Amino acid sequence: MTEAALRWRPPPRIRSAPKRRALWAAALLYTVVIALTVEVDAARIAEGLTRAGAFFGGWLRPDFVTRWTDIRAGLLESLAMTVVATAAGVLLAVPLGLGAARNLVPAPVYALARAALAVARAFHEIIVAIVFVAMFGFGPFAGVVTLVVGSVGFLGKLLAEAVEEIDPAPLEALTAAGAPWGSRVAFGVIPQVMPRMLGLALYRLDINFRESAVIGLVGAGGIGATLTTAFARYEFESVSSILILIIGMVFAAEVISGRLRRALL
Amino acid sequence: MPVLVHEGTREWRRRTTAQEWLRWMGLLGAIAVLVAAARAVSAQTTWVFVLDAGIQLRDLAMRMFPPDGAYAPALGRPLLDTLHIATLGTVLGGLVAVPLAFLAARPTTPSLLWARPVALLALVTSRSVNSIIWALMLVVLLGPGLLAGVLAIALRSVGFVGKLVYEAIEEAAPLPVTAMEATGATRAQAVAFGLVPQILPTMAGVGIYRWEINIREATILGLVGAGGIGMALQASIDALAWSRVSVVLLVILATVLVAEVVSARVRRGLA
Repeated sequence: MTEAALRWRPPPRIRSAPKRRALWAAALLYTVVIALTVEVDAARIAEGLTRAGAFFGGWLRPDFVTRWTDIRAGLLESLAMTVVATAAGVLLAVPLGLGAARNLVPAPVYALARAALAVARAFHEIIVAIVFVAMFGFGPFAGVVTLVVGSVGFLGKLLAEAVEEIDPAPLEALTAAGAPWGSRVAFGVIPQVMPRMLGLALYRLDINFRESAVIGLVGAGGIGATLTTAFARYEFESVSSILILIIGMVFAAEVISGRLRRALL
Repeated sequence: MPVLVHEGTREWRRRTTAQEWLRWMGLLGAIAVLVAAARAVSAQTTWVFVLDAGIQLRDLAMRMFPPDGAYAPALGRPLLDTLHIATLGTVLGGLVAVPLAFLAARPTTPSLLWARPVALLALVTSRSVNSIIWALMLVVLLGPGLLAGVLAIALRSVGFVGKLVYEAIEEAAPLPVTAMEATGATRAQAVAFGLVPQILPTMAGVGIYRWEINIREATILGLVGAGGIGMALQASIDALAWSRVSVVLLVILATVLVAEVVSARVRRGLA
């Protein structure tokens, strides 16, 4: 036996070699084929690249000053939307999340709550925002409602999963002692999921701020509205400064929420 | 443990008085911020429009119903485009994200001084800017179409995949790598055989998960001209053809649900 044949190799996940190779080949072929369907319009790109000068030039010279009043108003509005939406989201997510935990509620309630959570998460925030802007008119209110829907879906699902993973012993002890449902939840469940819930709420605060920059595109207020206006006016210097502020604030939020989480838990 | 002496009896408390005060002040501060924020939102809201939301909703629902079924066949091509954008974007994003993750992770970074901070900054930048904003910029540069969509998805995926993979690298057990280096393996060999097998399942899982998210995101990129079914959505909304909008929304809903089921199955198989 040659030395090469003696070399140990980790066992592959798919044992049959032809099947494995066929799968890889199929995946590769599919990727290449769909890559070829992407039309690359060289003339348009060349045209775009001449414009890229102005674009990246604007990028490198961020202008915080000219539109500062608008940018400030947009950022503050985004922050306000984020805070209100996260608070409302937590308030609604707790009952739904408890209702969607298999170990706490009867099957019909579970199915209903799970369905509600699935619907809340099914559509992208932008699509939800389009509908709410049509309903509530332009402005931050539609944005807040959009963010609330997203927050409820996110927090409710993760809270339900956290509740399903708790240590069942305290709950069993409370049940054995004859505690009513409310007491069982308050003393057997909440203390166990509180740290996770706090962490998730802080994380969602961060997500909501980022999302608030996006839903403004369809008229739901916030810094996204300011960003869209800047784009529409080809004021790339202002676009750049807004994006830098968003990135900076998201970065700061990540650091602060990390600190806060460590301090609270 | 804080104990309060109250009329001669010792009373156990969970927190000291100072801690108690701090908590209440914190709560008060949080409520004050919340009220201020709610007032700010309320000041910018045209309440007349909010109050007639019920009428608007009924109106919208009536225009959306019945869905214009005849429009569905025209959505085949845009739907395929959407799937292609998601898949290609995920592949491309993953190809960039993995090297960045290795540069960012403490055990594998070539330098804590420059490589790690630069890679981390790249990952944060990618994550902070939503794919639709990336798309907005790319459409200006490259023109409307699939290419802008694919690149927008890829740019956003880099940060997500990169972050999760570099965290997996940092959480991987260091002993196999150390053991291999002790037997004389080079650094690259030790990483390839001691570290990579540990993070491969995570990488596959994260990739599939991101693909699922990307399908959801690819459905709306068309709103800014970056291809896919979102373009049909935008066109229907612009034409106020709400019975077509509802068809598009149903197709999107079905696609997202199927992607979610596929992704959940595959990830369960990997675990």
